Amino acid sequence: MSGARFPILSLALRSILNRAGTALLTILTVAISVTLFLGVEKIRHGARASFENTISGVDLIVGARSSPVNLLLYSVFHIGDATNNITWESYQAVAGAPNVAWTVPVSLGDSHRGYRVVGTTPGYFEHYEYGSGRSLTFAEGASFADLFDAVVGAEVARELGYETGQEIVVAHGMGSVSFVEHDANPFTITGVLAPTGTPVDRSVFVTLEAIEAIHLEGSTGRGTALPADQLRAMDLAPEQITAFFVGLDTPVAALRLQRQVNTYPEEPLQAVIPGVALAQLWSVIGAAERTLAAVAAFVVLTGLVSILTAILTSLNERRREMAILRALGARPHHVFILLVAESALLALAGAVIGTGLTYAGLAGFSPLLEARFGILIPQLLPGLYDLAIVGLVTAAAAVLGAGPAWRAYRHSLADGMTIRV
Amino acid sequence: MIESAPALQIADLRFNYRHGDDVLAIARFDVRAGERLFLRGASGSGKSTLLGLIAGILSPQAGRIEVLGEDLTTMGAAKRDAFRAARLGVIFQMFNLLPYLPVGRNITLPCRFSPERARNAADAGGADAEARRLLDRLGLDPAEFWLKRSSALSVGQQQRVAAARALIGRPGLILADEPTSALDADSRDAFIDLLKEECAASGAALIFVSHDSSLADHFDRALDLSDLNTASVTA
Ligand SMILES: Nc1ncnc2c1ncn2[C@@H]1O[C@H](COP(=O)(O)OP(=O)(O)OP(=O)(O)O)[C@@H](O)[C@H]1O
Ligand SMILES: [Mg+2]
Repeated sequence: MSGARFPILSLALRSILNRAGTALLTILTVAISVTLFLGVEKIRHGARASFENTISGVDLIVGARSSPVNLLLYSVFHIGDATNNITWESYQAVAGAPNVAWTVPVSLGDSHRGYRVVGTTPGYFEHYEYGSGRSLTFAEGASFADLFDAVVGAEVARELGYETGQEIVVAHGMGSVSFVEHDANPFTITGVLAPTGTPVDRSVFVTLEAIEAIHLEGSTGRGTALPADQLRAMDLAPEQITAFFVGLDTPVAALRLQRQVNTYPEEPLQAVIPGVALAQLWSVIGAAERTLAAVAAFVVLTGLVSILTAILTSLNERRREMAILRALGARPHHVFILLVAESALLALAGAVIGTGLTYAGLAGFSPLLEARFGILIPQLLPGLYDLAIVGLVTAAAAVLGAGPAWRAYRHSLADGMTIRV
Repeated sequence: MIESAPALQIADLRFNYRHGDDVLAIARFDVRAGERLFLRGASGSGKSTLLGLIAGILSPQAGRIEVLGEDLTTMGAAKRDAFRAARLGVIFQMFNLLPYLPVGRNITLPCRFSPERARNAADAGGADAEARRLLDRLGLDPAEFWLKRSSALSVGQQQRVAAARALIGRPGLILADEPTSALDADSRDAFIDLLKEECAASGAALIFVSHDSSLADHFDRALDLSDLNTASVTA
């Protein structure tokens, strides 16, 4: 029978091409909405992946016992304060445990013009990793060489206009207008780190010993008057630190060591696996990101409705086209399929173009996203997910198109041989 | 040969739209094979309705409609649609052409819908060649018009393209629903003569309906629908 041969798709295509102007606008609307949606999705997933990789290469973070998220917040994100410090002895006990490859202590509490000061060892720059195993690199200069040397993160350098060789003063506590400045002991910047998109960018790093030195005469003093030579000769091992990062020979040892740390008899300690704690934290702050995705989805719906509008406005004019097709032997359901196919074709074209635009945009902007926001887009080629979105948008358009198509179907039955004008 | 079967045989036909009053009630109405018939009727008298029934787009409440020897009333809707594609050519009053297809494609459309029409056109030298021949016969130079946009044609030209489309692939019966009412007197007469000639050349019967009785002289036979139709329609 003629049904199988009925050239519906080619007619739908021709009909769309005939109204190229409207069709193009409709396709553009869909394309833009799909671009927005996919772009938000990609950046969202990138942001999440980057967030969950804020710190990698560290197997355990150890601090005073509180909650895992809290420990993560102050030790990695430098948000809030530690409930307690931990003793140097505990640190050394864990550092000496079997399978421990390295440890990096951090001591927090001071700040520089609103940026956290992190007292640590040069090991920090060696072992801290972010993203998928990327190490910190120096944009300028190098790690500490002397007691009062400092290394600044990329954002600190950019915002405050710092370069190597400049002197800075750290202050006690947090806040850009600090109460007490340790101005007796200025630091010299020896290195500026390359951007990472992590809290490292917003940190000022100094030696652990220097932290000890500027607090020798009470934590809220202006610093120590002792000359640097004498200080260098002193044993400036701190009594307490805020937390430390642990790297293991083998990651499978993490769980056992974590248990040992958590049950350390001398002091209430806590060890967290960064990836786990980061995922936990994301589940809290990820709500905003899900809202964004929902908004983007509604934009796609708007795009689909524009297809509906385009078809509905053309429907009356096309009523006689349907009568012609019927006279040529088209079945009533061909009329239905014709309009559904048209709607689906418009959506398909829009979705495919939108996907293309998204990836073109990502390819163009991913270096910027990475450098400026530390968002790594994990995948720069369309995948199954995008295919599913294209399919879904097309199917949704077909479903929406069924409304006007049904009307045209009813008309074509009722009109019979008469062409209604 | 199937062409020798009568073009149309209607018996005891009754039809109404959605259970309203009967629009048509026809006891007998026959058209011979190859006959060119003029059917006159006032506006609203049921001419288009009758053509819809003959084309199998509408189906009657009672009676028998045999077109080219086949009984439409025993066919399912799908079969009637296929039959129409294969054996009938239809010309409307106006707006016959799909605006998004060029002239040539509009004419060959029936060959894409029906294998039988495609076969018949192929026997005559191929769908495109046949379409060009018909276009030429109907007074439109194929070289000039083949690729023209349908919407760029005058109404008279559109009607001739529609006639070519109705005639391609040798259908047995052409149904023309007031195809000249939008034309001036001269082009109207020319159109009817061309249509008649081409029907004769391809052996197709023609049922030409109009409210304009002055056209009756062009045809083998002229009938008044009100003489056939015993339903009380407000005419
Ligand atoms: N689709 C329809 N649904 C309901 N009633 C209809 C429909 N089409 C036609 N009618 C009615 O059937 C009757 C016959 O209409 P039809 O269109 O067949 O007349 P016609 O002779 O072709 O008129 P015209 O010369 O104006 O084209 C009219 O009373 C009309 O109102
Ligand atoms: Mg009519």
